[in-house]
Amino acid sequence: MDASWLYMFMPIAGVQIFWPGLVLIGFSVGTIGGFFGMGGAWMVTPGLNILGFPMAFAIGTDIAHIAGKSMVSTIRHSKFGNVDYKLGFIMIIGTMIGIECGAQIVMWLERLGQVGPVVRWVYVGFLFLISLMVFSDYAKAHKKKKQGIVEGEKGVEGFTWYKTLHKIKIPPMVHFKASGIYCSAWLPILVSFTTGVLAGFLGIGGGLLRMPALIYFIGVPTHIAVGTDLFEVMISGLYGAFTYTLKGRIELVAVFVMLTGAAIGAQIGTVATKYAKGYGIRLAFGVAVLCCMISIILKQFKFEMSAAILILGTISTICVYIVAIMLKGAAAELRAKKANAQMAAQA
Amino acid sequence: MKRLTHKLLAMVPTSILCLPVTLWAAGDKATNIVVVADTRRVTGVMKYFSNLYNTDILMYAIWAVILTAAMGCILGFLMDFIMERTGLDLKSRKIIEH
Repeated sequence: MDASWLYMFMPIAGVQIFWPGLVLIGFSVGTIGGFFGMGGAWMVTPGLNILGFPMAFAIGTDIAHIAGKSMVSTIRHSKFGNVDYKLGFIMIIGTMIGIECGAQIVMWLERLGQVGPVVRWVYVGFLFLISLMVFSDYAKAHKKKKQGIVEGEKGVEGFTWYKTLHKIKIPPMVHFKASGIYCSAWLPILVSFTTGVLAGFLGIGGGLLRMPALIYFIGVPTHIAVGTDLFEVMISGLYGAFTYTLKGRIELVAVFVMLTGAAIGAQIGTVATKYAKGYGIRLAFGVAVLCCMISIILKQFKFEMSAAILILGTISTICVYIVAIMLKGAAAELRAKKANAQMAAQA
Repeated sequence: MKRLTHKLLAMVPTSILCLPVTLWAAGDKATNIVVVADTRRVTGVMKYFSNLYNTDILMYAIWAVILTAAMGCILGFLMDFIMERTGLDLKSRKIIEH
């Protein structure tokens, strides 16, 4: 059987690519990104590389795809009321300055000839801290729930560091209506600046760091943290797409093919947040971060194939988990709707 | 029966981990990075953009951003339109942390 129709020629990268693979990667990352509120460059790049893209093209293509995919997710999250635009715009200032400072630190390290190992191990360290924070937070919240401690209408929370940070009353004080928080404007600026410095230093989009920072340091509810972070990923992704294209490292055809899969995945991932509890999202996020950390360690020790398999295995598993949440939740909602309609008709 | 169920459950993650290997074999591996876009094998719009990539990278970058944003918007609103027809309430949600 002739399977040549399953391959598409990429004129810029100069390679034949298995296009259903691109759609599948787009779908998976769209689902995961819409659920966790991050770009997911760490997932797409190895996937593209496996399909046959040279690494330089994989990174650029991935960034452009992330920008388009985040746009789809942001539109949907926005309708749920999950995007705090005011907070997003304020944080963009800190993020942009931070990314530039982080890039300068990398250049300084480059001059010292230390950049490669330092960046990788700092990245591993932060991923470890994030996953540790997420799991300890979950354990604490679970313990509180068992003890019957109830805090407000959102349910129990583990770490509430943001409550201490909200006590810092440096003007101007800002009310973020969508997130339901009132704090000094300097808090989100400082948090976004710090995550920006780290993102610039590590050469990543930053969603992986910003999402937990929004929850734990600013006190944004998980669902709104996801939506607001995607809004930021969208803007930084478009900027990244522009700079990478100037370097000639984007395969636009692949971006569009991936976006068709991502558009469906992003809807599923975003709608799934409606049926998931905040801690369900946080816990799955912790698992994803942990797998990302292990894959970087594997790469550091030259186990490239194992790292790629681990990443793609994680993507598949989490993707199945999210789709299951969405289907289960949607079926229950439709059943309840039908039952209500029947009861109303009987009455 | 319980054993069989356990075995079947163990096969799921194994098959998921094996899937990337199948994908790995699916595409041709790239060996050389082509710096200049190959315009000989493409036609129409793709030929136009490949030529633009070779001749005016700034214009190509502007087009890349505009087209990516436009594609994101079009697909976003299209999928939104389709999802609204599923009968699900897609305008409200309850935030429960735990």
